[in-house]
Amino acid sequence: MAELNVGDQVPELSVTPDKYLPHRYAGASGDFNPIHIDDEFAKAVGLPRNILHGLYSMGLVAKANAALAGGDPRALKRLAVQFRGMGMPEQEIVVSGTVKAVDGDTVVVDTVARQGGTEIIKNAEAEVQL
Amino acid sequence: MPIKTDAIGKEWPGTTYQVGREKIREYAAALGIDNPVHFDVEAARAAGFRDVVAPPMFAVVYSGPALGPVLFDPDVEMNFAAMVHGGQVFEWSEPVCSGDEITTSSKCLSIEEKDGKGFYVFETVSVNQDGAEVVRGTWTNIVRGV
Repeated sequence: MAELNVGDQVPELSVTPDKYLPHRYAGASGDFNPIHIDDEFAKAVGLPRNILHGLYSMGLVAKANAALAGGDPRALKRLAVQFRGMGMPEQEIVVSGTVKAVDGDTVVVDTVARQGGTEIIKNAEAEVQL
Repeated sequence: MPIKTDAIGKEWPGTTYQVGREKIREYAAALGIDNPVHFDVEAARAAGFRDVVAPPMFAVVYSGPALGPVLFDPDVEMNFAAMVHGGQVFEWSEPVCSGDEITTSSKCLSIEEKDGKGFYVFETVSVNQDGAEVVRGTWTNIVRGV
């Protein structure tokens, strides 16, 4: 594990969720809100199409940060996010982060998830034990 | 009409979730997480876990259902049609493994009106069958046009 210092960029995570990802995530999570899995319903309530679950996108932010510790599920101690723009299936999501603080073996990473020009998760702060 | 704040400080009793291997595998697969500790019992045990271990954000699966009765509580009286999930915090303690029985209790931390929006903040605390805390969640829901 390379040592991380304040200001370092952490490795990016790029994922393009396919058309059926919201259905698989709905099954995995138990959240079957039709705005995520029914394109017609989503359009009827004024959305451009069915949208990703915010907690799926938060899951990608968690994955990107756990990767700093080799994917160890014990490494992520805290994750705080704000949901903003809507995430869409079939468009690339890029999770990127910058080390904000280092305290012993624990780093705090400022993380953002973008889709094109939209920040779908902003002000995410992850505390990871390396 | 001022926002209803009767629920501030109210607590709801725990709901219980039985963690299973296939549910952990299904969640990890949906997120594209490929660490074998989430799929393979032997790999999980070799890494020091009791059984297949859940990725951290599996917390939404076992703790989320506890908020169902909270959001429908008449003291909360939230307008779902105008609600969005504004923010989320999780703080993790003990890892969660297949076979665990997780009990999640809930509390309303605050209800405030700001700029014509209602901010509803709830806390969930999840403990395992040994009484050890596994995760603490802070859920912020925003209701437009209150």
